[in-house]
Amino acid sequence: MSTTLAFDQEDPTDAPVTNTPHERRQIGANLIIGATIVTAIIAAALVSFVWTPFDPTNIEISDRLQGVGWEGHVLGTDHFGRDVLSQLMVGARNTLFIGILAVGIALVIGVPLGGLAAARRGWLEESVMRLSDVMYAFPAILLAILLSAARGPGTSSAMIAIGVAYIPIVARVTRGAALTVFQTDYITAAHSYGRGKTYVFVRHVVPNISSVLIVQATVLFALAILAEAALSYLGLGAQPPTPSWGRSLFEAQTFFRLRPALAFFPGLAIAISVIGINLLGDGIRDYLDPKLAEKS
Amino acid sequence: MIFIASLVLASMAVFWVLAVLPGDPAQRILGTQATPESIAKLQHELGIDRPLTTQYLDWVSGAASGDLGTSYVTRDEITPQIRQRLKVTVPLALAGITLAAAVAIPAGVFAASRHRQVGDTAVSILSQLGISIPAFWAGLLLTTYVAVKWGQLPAGGFPGWGKSVPDSIRSLILPAVSLAVVQGAILTRYVRSAVLAIMREDFIRTARAKGLTRRAALWRHGLRNAAIPVVTILGLQLAALLAGTVVIENVFVLPGLGRMLVQAIGNRDLLLVQSTTLVITAAILAVNLVVDLAYNLIDPRLRTR
Repeated sequence: MSTTLAFDQEDPTDAPVTNTPHERRQIGANLIIGATIVTAIIAAALVSFVWTPFDPTNIEISDRLQGVGWEGHVLGTDHFGRDVLSQLMVGARNTLFIGILAVGIALVIGVPLGGLAAARRGWLEESVMRLSDVMYAFPAILLAILLSAARGPGTSSAMIAIGVAYIPIVARVTRGAALTVFQTDYITAAHSYGRGKTYVFVRHVVPNISSVLIVQATVLFALAILAEAALSYLGLGAQPPTPSWGRSLFEAQTFFRLRPALAFFPGLAIAISVIGINLLGDGIRDYLDPKLAEKS
Repeated sequence: MIFIASLVLASMAVFWVLAVLPGDPAQRILGTQATPESIAKLQHELGIDRPLTTQYLDWVSGAASGDLGTSYVTRDEITPQIRQRLKVTVPLALAGITLAAAVAIPAGVFAASRHRQVGDTAVSILSQLGISIPAFWAGLLLTTYVAVKWGQLPAGGFPGWGKSVPDSIRSLILPAVSLAVVQGAILTRYVRSAVLAIMREDFIRTARAKGLTRRAALWRHGLRNAAIPVVTILGLQLAALLAGTVVIENVFVLPGLGRMLVQAIGNRDLLLVQSTTLVITAAILAVNLVVDLAYNLIDPRLRTR
């Protein structure tokens, strides 16, 4: 088995699987709206590295709890007089960072695990699946609570916990999708060509289940944002003074009688991000797999 | 059997996470100024100077007989505390899932029966919105607008079942609604797609060929068959809801298991964290077991397999 051949032209099974003409791909409204929202959030996070309307951590007690539009503070100020919009922009970084790394952890461990289960079958598959059953019983939030009890609260505890909690989901989805692909003729062809299971999995199975994985990744990303917000709300995520949407909501709770809007914007930011990512996921699914879209 | 095995594995995982990672509970309780002697003394008192396997077996055998040990910080018995807290968390989770199902099942069936019509689109948009809202934000908005502005329901706190049952129920309404918003939205989507999938089955076509209307075929043959995936999701959701109460109880200052868990972390009360997590995990595993058993009731075909 060789996985490092630079010149693989002779392998007939390496040809990409093309779609038949009637499954024409089309860009739907979901994809456009989702992509726009997600791009806007990424842009806000990136811009916040070089520019925010005000210094997001600058405390100006005399300016506290000001309303929307007060002296250039587009969304007002919080109980420390910090600019809400600037805080939200910097908070987007935190949200995206944790989301990307958590989903990354889940994919990097879950995909090989699920692939192994599908390729080897037998007791290995059985134990991987049973193990993931047990891990299923640990919702991300419980795992994160355990981890922060042991390691102390913080961004990395939250990230690892969310990522680890999603491994069984990714492993399950990968196994399910890979089982079907492993039974196709082109896999048999690749095997008969002398390719090892690892090569076949990486070269043929992964590209063919990629649409399932991409859609799953977007779903998990959205869930990770919600989980991170909940953890930060409980004080178990990003620690002050790092701005975070979840913690902004926690801080706003004390002041909602005075300024209900403070509890509104961070939650709205979370909700819009999740809607955007979900729409993007649906859009990608419809684009990559029109047959699936018809069923929904 | 699998239930017991999962529970044992879960207990090992919970114990292992807290035991292996750095940080000595005695050091944390006494602070950085503590002398090595006083730390050693406290370690001995708490029993954490013994080998890990002994500690684990001690804890698990205690747990099996209903004794989860004594809190490191308050030195109170843990089991009675957990029992007390369950009186808030269990009704809250059950109310949440009941509300969610009561809204989602009719909504999902409605959307599926009007596939690709206005009603379907409206339900889909609403459920998409519901999924995207963090439950605790829904809670915050409900306290802000319903409790504070209209003054109809309490914004937080819990009087206790012993003091006033109606007031206790009233203080669980907003938390249950917050939990139900998200879970109901997720459930609606599953109900809708389960019903849609069933309506494409051959037996529905046969029923239609027999002369049943679409609706009659749905009621007589479709719903029961769509129930299996829906019950699976309901089970998973009840599990998610049990974990979700952790956050919601903190929003509404309810003296439940979740609030105790977060407070225990703040107090560095590791044994309390460990035992509470075990109880929540056991509850989740028990829910999964009940779901498995429920399959047989819903679908007699599964009994023969």
